[in-house]
Amino acid sequence: MTMNWRTPRTGGLALLAAVIVLLPLALVNNYWYEVAILIGINAIVCVGLNLLIGYAGQISLGHAGFFGLGAYGSAVLTARFGWPPTVALAATSAGVALLALLVGRPILKLKGHYLAMATLGMGIIISIVIATEDRLTGGPDGMNVPPFALAGLTLAGERNWYWIVGAALFAAVWLALNLIDSPAGRALRALHGSEVGAQVSGIDPTRAKVGIFAISAVFASVAGSMMAHYSGFITPAKVNFFHSIELVTMVVFGGLASTFGAVIGAAVLTLLPQLLTVLKDYEMAVFGAMMLFTMVFFPHGLLPSLLLALGWKRK
Amino acid sequence: MSAQLAQYLVTGLTIGAIYALVALGFAIIYNASHVINFAQGEFVMIGGMATVSFANSGLPLAVAIPLAVLAAAAVGLALEKLAVEPARGASVMTLIIITIGASIFLRGLATLVWDKRLHSLPPFSGDRPIAVGGAVILPQSLWVLGVTLAILLVLSWFFGRTLTGKAMLATSHNPLAAQLCGINVRLMLLLSFGLSAALGAIAGILIAPIALTSWEVGVMLGLKGFAAAVLGGLGSGAGAVFGGLLLGIVESLGAGYISSAYKDVIAFVIILAVLFFMPGGLFGRNSTERV
Repeated sequence: MTMNWRTPRTGGLALLAAVIVLLPLALVNNYWYEVAILIGINAIVCVGLNLLIGYAGQISLGHAGFFGLGAYGSAVLTARFGWPPTVALAATSAGVALLALLVGRPILKLKGHYLAMATLGMGIIISIVIATEDRLTGGPDGMNVPPFALAGLTLAGERNWYWIVGAALFAAVWLALNLIDSPAGRALRALHGSEVGAQVSGIDPTRAKVGIFAISAVFASVAGSMMAHYSGFITPAKVNFFHSIELVTMVVFGGLASTFGAVIGAAVLTLLPQLLTVLKDYEMAVFGAMMLFTMVFFPHGLLPSLLLALGWKRK
Repeated sequence: MSAQLAQYLVTGLTIGAIYALVALGFAIIYNASHVINFAQGEFVMIGGMATVSFANSGLPLAVAIPLAVLAAAAVGLALEKLAVEPARGASVMTLIIITIGASIFLRGLATLVWDKRLHSLPPFSGDRPIAVGGAVILPQSLWVLGVTLAILLVLSWFFGRTLTGKAMLATSHNPLAAQLCGINVRLMLLLSFGLSAALGAIAGILIAPIALTSWEVGVMLGLKGFAAAVLGGLGSGAGAVFGGLLLGIVESLGAGYISSAYKDVIAFVIILAVLFFMPGGLFGRNSTERV
């Protein structure tokens, strides 16, 4: 068996590992470490979300809700109830998975824009509950989160978090790539092609869709937990529907049904606003225009369009 | 008690009529292109903000309002021409992201052209409340309801009686067949953006004297309009209107009787419940998948 370096599994993973390991050479101060960590956290959510949108063909405009549940779950369990962070993270992810399984069943029967509306509604409900239950969550003012601790060791500081988030992103991408190549992943792609066709071949559409919905929700929840412990302070801003739309935008921008595309989408759209701050008042208009025209000229997303242009990918 | 109920209904109907107008805008563009135009709320914002700035420059409202509607319609046409048409053939997801980009761009532009402050617009005919059976109605509420009704009549005439309206309907049912009948399908798509933008702008102008206007007012109103359009059944005109009014009333009753912090939660729970039982919305056609 020969190793093909152009396949996403080997070449892509090696490249991702190289970028994660070499990037600190270019990160000149803590500010850039922070940007890199943010990119990593967004990328983890996007890799999960891409499984749902890109491969299973099901949209979700509510994933900031899962991200927020992860963040606030970890925050509330550690700060208010004194749970160890690792236990809180695991319990929160399990809780989010359960919620996604329960909610996913009726929601994923909907199609297209109706599904978009339902997931949007779900995300908004979560964000309003978090912002309103201020005794637990601190309401719109936000709440402090204790630092992450593992086996008595407290993890803090940008440099430590960079390696944690980098490792988590690598694991997330590796998991996603394996999942796509597994029978479950092929079932999802079959569903995307034709739901009835998949059903006829013995795939249970509801089960497959709800399963991937829950998996993508857990990706978001874990990323949320990391975000909460890393920044030490959270507000409902990261839970609202803007963030949900931002996440979907990253996935589509990078390229649907491309795991590395999702990472690139997250990187570009997290980095761009940081670079555009020099434009001050013009920042928002320029950002919107760039997003708009990128999609007009690269309708398949950045990475697939690039690979097509390089001739590495057949149409 | 019943006076209170009447008050909540009046408030709900007023905001519901606004949602209905925005929802109609969504429906028209959806019918023409199957795209959910996430920039729909920005037309609402442009309508309100442009009217304020024309009025501040000394123009009477009767001139400022039509000018603002025209400005919004021009933006709608430009959006279709510069962003949606060049991306023809792209997937619906891509088109949606394009409209999201356009929405961010327009909001950014609004902060440059105008500012980031809240603005008010004087009511069209005074602000002395009218008492009706214990409830109090602002004259502006009557304007909202009256203009919405007039627009519905005009739209039903337009789509039912005029050649252009019928051509737009035909395009929404089957673009290829419409083209074969000699309808300029691309022109219809362009028109639908202009019409939808004008409707959004009118909604934004009508609500501005009640709820202030600013560069970011379109986000929430656009979202509610989308919710109303889906609740009623995407693409259905009657559904959009009914969905809008229902959403407005549910919000108003929820805020009044249960909790104002949770009024949106109540509204979205009801929308989710409706969709679980009627996956095509209240007025939606039941679709069957062809294999």
